Amino acid sequence: MSIAAISQIRLPFLMGNNLNAWSDALAGLTLSWFPLGLVIIAAIPLVFIALYALTYGVYGERKISAFMQDRLGPMEVGKWGILQTLADILKLLQKEDIVPTSADKFLFVVGPGILFVGSFLAFAVLPFSPAFIGANLNVGLFYAIGIVALEVVGILAAGWGSNNKWSLYGAVRSVAQIVSYEIPAAIALLCGAMMAGTLDMQQINVLQSGPYGFAHFYLFQSPIAWLPFLIYFIASLAETNRAPFDIPEAESELVAGYFTEYSGMKFAVIFLAEYGSMFMVSAIISIVFLGGWNSPLPNLGSVALYDWTSGPVWGAFWIISKGFFFIFVQMWLRWTLPRLRVDQLMYLCWKVLTPFAFISFVLTAIWEIYVP
Amino acid sequence: MQELGMAEQGSIRVSRKDDNVVVIEKDLATEEMLLSMGPQHPSTHGVLKLECMTDGEVVTSAEPYLGYLHRCFEKHCEVVDYPGIVPYTDRMDYLTGMNNEWAYCIAVEKLLDIEIPRRVEFIRVMVSELNRIASHLVAIGTYGIDLGAFTPFLFCFRDREHILNLLEWASGARMLYNYVWIGGVAFDIPADFNKRVKEFVDYFRPKVVELYKLLTENEIFVKRTKGIGIMPADVAINYAWSGPMLRGSGVKWDLRRNDPYSVYPELDFNVPVPDGKFSDVGDCLSRHLVRALEMEESLNIIEQCISKMPGSEGFNPRSAVPKRVRPKAGEVYARAENPRGELGFYIQSDGKTTKPLRCKARSSCFVNLSAMKDLSKGQLIPDLVAIIGSIDIVLGEVDR
Amino acid sequence: MEEGRVLPQSVQQSAAAYAVIREQFGSAVSDFDANETMPFFEVLEAAKWPDIALFMRDHPKLKFNYMACLSGVDYQAEEQLGIVCNLESLGEFPHRIAVKVKCPRDGGSIPTAAYVWHTANWHEREAYDMFGMQFTGHPDLRRILCPEDWEGFPLRKDYRVQESYHGIKVPY
Repeated sequence: MSIAAISQIRLPFLMGNNLNAWSDALAGLTLSWFPLGLVIIAAIPLVFIALYALTYGVYGERKISAFMQDRLGPMEVGKWGILQTLADILKLLQKEDIVPTSADKFLFVVGPGILFVGSFLAFAVLPFSPAFIGANLNVGLFYAIGIVALEVVGILAAGWGSNNKWSLYGAVRSVAQIVSYEIPAAIALLCGAMMAGTLDMQQINVLQSGPYGFAHFYLFQSPIAWLPFLIYFIASLAETNRAPFDIPEAESELVAGYFTEYSGMKFAVIFLAEYGSMFMVSAIISIVFLGGWNSPLPNLGSVALYDWTSGPVWGAFWIISKGFFFIFVQMWLRWTLPRLRVDQLMYLCWKVLTPFAFISFVLTAIWEIYVP
Repeated sequence: MQELGMAEQGSIRVSRKDDNVVVIEKDLATEEMLLSMGPQHPSTHGVLKLECMTDGEVVTSAEPYLGYLHRCFEKHCEVVDYPGIVPYTDRMDYLTGMNNEWAYCIAVEKLLDIEIPRRVEFIRVMVSELNRIASHLVAIGTYGIDLGAFTPFLFCFRDREHILNLLEWASGARMLYNYVWIGGVAFDIPADFNKRVKEFVDYFRPKVVELYKLLTENEIFVKRTKGIGIMPADVAINYAWSGPMLRGSGVKWDLRRNDPYSVYPELDFNVPVPDGKFSDVGDCLSRHLVRALEMEESLNIIEQCISKMPGSEGFNPRSAVPKRVRPKAGEVYARAENPRGELGFYIQSDGKTTKPLRCKARSSCFVNLSAMKDLSKGQLIPDLVAIIGSIDIVLGEVDR
Repeated sequence: MEEGRVLPQSVQQSAAAYAVIREQFGSAVSDFDANETMPFFEVLEAAKWPDIALFMRDHPKLKFNYMACLSGVDYQAEEQLGIVCNLESLGEFPHRIAVKVKCPRDGGSIPTAAYVWHTANWHEREAYDMFGMQFTGHPDLRRILCPEDWEGFPLRKDYRVQESYHGIKVPY
């Protein structure tokens, strides 16, 4: 599909025919000199992260893990324990903020902040809906891959600043892991960008629109697309330090790795960062391979399912659901598989994922060039 | 000025300086980091301190420091009379209470030369094998958690709950039983006990297979444990390893077969010894395999006990329990096959009092752990965790 | 041994093993005590204990490769300390035997068997910790169960617990 075909794509229920209509409208909103609209744009994903991490993130993880382990999980606070996370947040808020005396105070305090900022900055280019994207960069995908590297600085700051050998071990392992796994992740995403012909996140989604629903998704558009999809999924597990790649936070070896010494609100910030980056990688993989805010339902003759389930609000629903589905798979894997050892993790990255990522890159290029 | 002196091993020196202060000096080579997996640690299975000297991620030496759970069992034995020692033996390896009590009672019964009624023997075998399964479930579950697999732990504990309920029904306590007494058992098993145990056996057989598929055959688990911590058979014998540790190194030695006691000669069961097809002989995976396969054998033994046990008409579980235990002068060393190895008791009696003169508990975990220092040379830190988990220590028995 | 009393087979096997040792070491070992619960002999010359140990481990007819237990004992009446070793031959022969070695109470020492059976290393450390006898030649003789700066040897019959340890009152 070429870029010239974009204008033929129908985008119902928008103001005019302008993509990102809502975010453009908000960007123009100013209160005298104060860019209120820009602040609101930034605040929406922030509020979204907080709400989702509170409800689906922590509560969902506890309930899902409980049901997988043949137990019930939180049941006391609220019906079926729904208010459990709220209770946890209230508890964390009123905890004493402890900074170990021999810790490097500046790094200790700034570490979780950088970590959260690194994972939150990528939300700027996630298209939450056909009408809303924080910053419509034409190199959105490139930006998303790159900005995650800021987390590494935060982890190192947290690990070193804790003045604790175990934290240092965890931080060093985590940095090695994240930096190494960025390579197969980036190459796999480049395959998706190749199929789209653009790095612009909103355009990648638009190019996967069509009346046949899921048949337009890049995962089904090429016989080799499942390989970069799989490679990116595995690499993203490593990027977010989720099991089976959770060596940096290996509870049974390093107590809690680089965030051993953190308590109270700083601990909550680190956790928010982790759940935020979980959603981010889930969103990226659904955007590039599974159509983002496009509805997967096809138009079956007169039952125009695709048309009925498209629109700015429907789009937000679809991308969030797809994101949540991948988060569910991530949790599922965490509670099933043991942990890989550090050298096995590195072996997997450099000797398995990277060569296969290159292979899939070449094969996707061949498909795109020679198959019309 | 008094030199305590004899600890001059390489890098550690213990001495008493002028003002009566004891100094423990350790040499630290440059580039090595002294890492203390201290007494409080999620994966040392208890209060064990492992001082590791690490060069990057490679451990150059990991020395265990014991004594955090020392409760002076042997000193207590000298002031408490023979039957009163039974609850103390429970608390050594608290996961295998029945087996501990039984080992001790075997020793005293040898000194007293008592004949045990047949039904008592079968009851003892049955509760000990149930306890063996419970203990192996903990070992397997915690081994999974050490390596990052959280779910098998909960499955193991769910099944262990059933066993603990059964044992509570029989003896009154879930974990520290005081059930196997010198000369008999404290109470007869309840009327429907055999039926319930049979139901448990039928329920548990498919769960063993499920656990096998979830944990033991998992590719990542195999990669974490295969070829790690290999102990050759002759070195293992020299270190006096016993139980699943020794069988994991390929030595077919099980006290229930090689030095049989009670009614084990009448029972038909296999002794699993890994042959190197699935795991390397002597590595962590072999030891884990032995425990996993032994659970099935214990189920077979329990079923045979149910069918061969004599009826309970006119049965008094305390008929052979002596009113006053005063053995003749002499000494004995007797042992039983505990889930962790050989638990032996050396008891010295002077023939005059009802208290032992000396009662030494040869604990399986203490001896198994002594090889830790040599086994851990050159391993990575995560492998250290895998090795400790495969040794399956319970600090209550290591320290007594 | 009473004449005419037939000993159980296990005791006979131990007696046969003892005969080989007696033949080699003569008067360095005592007579064989053929009791049924724990047949044993005593090493009268403690300095010869490592040689006897090596002989017992490596002799083709003995092959005592497994030291099941090494216990320290306090013989209060005789003012002596001692060890009792239970040895066994795993996979080679069915015989088992126990060996006793004694030493004077104050300042007594027994040569170490840690180089013959590695397991003796920790057992001897525990015996030293609890009784106080020195094991000459031991690679790393320090306390194992009690803290390194504990005073006294707890399992001795005349042990009195110390009043305080690092400022904590000890007697219960």
